[in-house]
Amino acid sequence: MSDPGAALEIEGLYKSFGKLEVLRGIDLAVAEHEVVCLIGASGSGKSTLLRCVNLLEPIDAGRIVVAGEEITGRGVDVNRIRRGIGIVFQSFNLFPHMSVLRNVTLGPRKALGLGRPEAEAAADALLERFGLAEKRDEYPDRLSGGQQQRVAIVRALAMRPNLLLLDEVTSALDPELVAEVLDVIRELAAGGMTMVIATHEMGFARDVASRVCFLDEGTILEEGPPAQIFSAPREPRTQQFLQRIVDAGRL
Amino acid sequence: MTRGGDGRRGVAVALASTVVFFAVLAVVVVNSPGWDEVKRAFFDWQLFRESLPAIAEGFKTNVKIFMIAEVFILAFALVLAVMRSLKGPVFFPIRALATVYADLFRGIPTILVIYILGFGAPALQIEGVPTSTIFWGIVALVLVYSAYVAEVYRAGIESVHPSQEAAARSLGLSGMQSMRFVVLPQAVRRVIPPLLNDFIGLQKDTALIALLGTVEAFRQSQIDVAATFNYTPYLATALLFVLITIPLARFTDWLVARDRRRQQAGRLA
Repeated sequence: MSDPGAALEIEGLYKSFGKLEVLRGIDLAVAEHEVVCLIGASGSGKSTLLRCVNLLEPIDAGRIVVAGEEITGRGVDVNRIRRGIGIVFQSFNLFPHMSVLRNVTLGPRKALGLGRPEAEAAADALLERFGLAEKRDEYPDRLSGGQQQRVAIVRALAMRPNLLLLDEVTSALDPELVAEVLDVIRELAAGGMTMVIATHEMGFARDVASRVCFLDEGTILEEGPPAQIFSAPREPRTQQFLQRIVDAGRL
Repeated sequence: MTRGGDGRRGVAVALASTVVFFAVLAVVVVNSPGWDEVKRAFFDWQLFRESLPAIAEGFKTNVKIFMIAEVFILAFALVLAVMRSLKGPVFFPIRALATVYADLFRGIPTILVIYILGFGAPALQIEGVPTSTIFWGIVALVLVYSAYVAEVYRAGIESVHPSQEAAARSLGLSGMQSMRFVVLPQAVRRVIPPLLNDFIGLQKDTALIALLGTVEAFRQSQIDVAATFNYTPYLATALLFVLITIPLARFTDWLVARDRRRQQAGRLA
């Protein structure tokens, strides 16, 4: 199923932590400019899948191909691969000892080898674009959660990734701060950024996704366009999951 | 009662209890059966004034020793700590080496390391190897203290949450770059108070180099004591050590308090 136009292809991916099998044969292809949302209960393997794609977790079996290059092979330069794949974490993981500007320019300067003026000009442009220009010299602990997460997104974008992974980026936010972060992601989707998004925000997934994958116990149980998944899910487990979400008033 | 009133009352109570405590202590000491003898042997003001200049001169050597040693300790211990924090099976030998080092040099009494190196190394008579006792004394202190300080650094490195390294690596930084730019700056900031604590310990242990025959403050006071059969020079030496330790101890306290204030400010923001 090798498709030269695919931004990301995952085949037969298995991952265990000790005896716990977290991913049990994941197959997933993401085309350029596609936005794929991963939904499913906590522990279904969404975060682990994203961390495997960014090579933060070694995989047990299977292969991952990014832009035509197998990244899970032997002798692959993981640092080079990661430069092209951005990831944003649930808990922001900003560097607390650095200003916003330095958080954003660290990757371009140290991993890409850009000069300071160049990296800072690019960072300022991105911060401006996402309404963070006046925060450039602040430290992360002076920012709200929503601002911190937007800085984390800008930090990932500063590397000019071809693929952006978002790992439940609004789960650690107060409800009133969720919208500002989701708006940023919507803008990126509209701009054609290829994204894989693990999320609990079903309304957002329905709006932004080109495709939705329902993960259950380490496998993709069902996938399809958001309209089909959210209004006419085929699998009983998907129906149950969505029913629980509806009952909780979150869809 | 207002807060200001509470504060003044607190100061008054602290002052009163301190005065009472030391008054009682003084009465007990002065009325002890051997006080006259001790007073003569330890508190000879005349001898104190006479012996102080030479001891202060010797103390310059102590200051020189711990200033030089501290620079090397901070650098060498950092290397040891990073060696021990390397991950992956490839680095097992390096990790093992650093671990054995820490076990060895924390296990051997400092005084033995000083004797073994101070007398052993020059005795080898290898061309180009310094024979100065100060040199080997400093080497011994660096070896011993680096083992302790490396553990302090390592505690700091381990206190930085793994998600910080994950964030750095996800940007494409190498393991060493993550360590250098993300983990170490946070780790070192957190362990500055215990690092200064070890520095205070080092200041005192410079006196051990006297065992090699180097005339520093302690050795000078021994000479004076032997010449006069009076222990007052020891008190003079102790005073010099305390005088230099107190500012550093208060500075450490201040740093700890400042860090706590900052963290609280961060949480409120």
